[in-house]
Amino acid sequence: MRQDIIEIRWHGRGGQGAITAAKIVANAAFKSGYNGVVMAPTFGTERRGAPVYTSLKIAREKIYDLSPIATPDMVVVLDHTLLEEVDVTHGLKEGGQIILNTPKSIDSYDFGAHRLSVADVTAYALEAGLAPGIVNTGVIGAFAKATGLVSRELLREAIRHEFSAMKPEENARAAALTYDRTVIGGA
Amino acid sequence: MHVIESGNVAAATGVKLARVQVIAAYPITPQTPLTEKLSEFVESDELSAEYIPVESEHSAMAVCIASSTTGARSFTATSANGLLYMNEQLHWAAGARLPIVMCVANRGVGAPWTVWNDHQDTVSQRDLGWIQLYCSDHQQIHDTVLKAFKLAETVSIPVMVCYDGYLLSHTYMPFDVPEQAQVDAFLPPFKPTHFLNPEEPRNFNTVTLPDVRPDLHGNTAPGYMEIRKTLHSDLRAALTEIEKIDGEFGEAFGRGGDPFVEPYRCEDADYVAFCMGSLSYQLRDVVDAMREEGTKIGVIGLKVYRPFPDAAVRDALTAHKGVIVFEKALSYGNQGALYADVKSALYSAETRPFVHNYIVGLGGREIKTHHLYDALTESIKNEAAIGDEPQWVGLKL
Repeated sequence: MRQDIIEIRWHGRGGQGAITAAKIVANAAFKSGYNGVVMAPTFGTERRGAPVYTSLKIAREKIYDLSPIATPDMVVVLDHTLLEEVDVTHGLKEGGQIILNTPKSIDSYDFGAHRLSVADVTAYALEAGLAPGIVNTGVIGAFAKATGLVSRELLREAIRHEFSAMKPEENARAAALTYDRTVIGGA
Repeated sequence: MHVIESGNVAAATGVKLARVQVIAAYPITPQTPLTEKLSEFVESDELSAEYIPVESEHSAMAVCIASSTTGARSFTATSANGLLYMNEQLHWAAGARLPIVMCVANRGVGAPWTVWNDHQDTVSQRDLGWIQLYCSDHQQIHDTVLKAFKLAETVSIPVMVCYDGYLLSHTYMPFDVPEQAQVDAFLPPFKPTHFLNPEEPRNFNTVTLPDVRPDLHGNTAPGYMEIRKTLHSDLRAALTEIEKIDGEFGEAFGRGGDPFVEPYRCEDADYVAFCMGSLSYQLRDVVDAMREEGTKIGVIGLKVYRPFPDAAVRDALTAHKGVIVFEKALSYGNQGALYADVKSALYSAETRPFVHNYIVGLGGREIKTHHLYDALTESIKNEAAIGDEPQWVGLKL
């Protein structure tokens, strides 16, 4: 009902860190002046490897409705193989953004009126010194670049904070590398 | 300092700042991350407490009863069937007047098996003699935990802090965490007037005869009925204490101010939606939308369910044309328990609004904002025709 809420849906696989990614963005957004931040994971029965999603809502004012997102403004996809299993564009608003981790080029996809941004996050994260398959910090670099919702600096700070005991520099580098190399398409 | 964490972590952070001394808990969805966080705090020495892992919820409450009897600040947490497995010990804790604090991440009760949210677990436990407080967001969870310890220790009655499973327990949002020194000033160490002490032997909760009798010193000792009457009177008197502690909390932390009911846009409202927990916040968006269309409507969240603040409820509701009670629980074979309580509170009012009962979100059925909008619209339109039967929202039959 409220029109001032930015709704972002995160698609990943159980154990891939979509919740942590959304939480980092939530922290960075809160620090940027978005006082209303609500992140709601899929409730109940997550399994490692199975498709999962997380809802992140962001607004300038406090958010009272905790129900899952039905019509996102943006979707972030942590694993391009999910496209074969899940309709990630379900409910996506017209002209809505898709941020996709994929090794393929942006021309390999056609999402109609939606705006696509791609980055080979898996490769850049490896290059940054993370273990194979750690993509959640990289993908938020792509998210920040594509959406402009949070700055590169705040993101770096939020990542260092969240991963203070777990390769903070490598995680921050993965986000920075991805930020710089994300390819943003038109509608 | 603001943090963005889950509701379970908001609860755990409050428990840590309360410098709890004994924690006994058994994990159950959706409470589990709360007890995991507390065990991390104890393991890392951030919290100097005895963490006692137990094999069941019944034992968790038994341990809390024992530790609280020795004068230790004691805490546990559970959900749904775990809460019900404690039942006998819950009655005992209240009768023994032990200031235990327990968080309940509200969840539906099996069968059929469900892990998702409703309020049947705690609402079915309303007659224990415990105080029951309900929260609408993470800040309230955190703050209510701190207030609960102070309240429990002031009135010698155990307190349940109830918050919606998943919707609050697993959702992340910002909340402010105060400094330890601020909390210490608000909540000093627990100093019970009497406790289990080998240096000074006492009997606790011995068999009580139906009638009064002289004690060792020749004084008349109360019988069972006198002791239970005292529990009831003290619960009623606890309403005053709840208000006082809310005021003290407000002075110390700058938050609070609505100890019993939390109204939103009710001043000139013809109609008021009434409920407990996070649903009252979700209804704010519906109220805003209906207000834009010209319907004068507001919403009230009830924060204290037992003792029932009937005077505050009556004052808040009597001036309106209609009250629509939304509930995530049912007294099966009758009506929503909250609905019955609201009607009872209004019985002595000079003017009485119509009162309707809507059942929502059982077993985690998603409560869609447009369902709430439809229910309120229907209630207002069909006032007389709806009657006393509970209406079911979002039912797919």
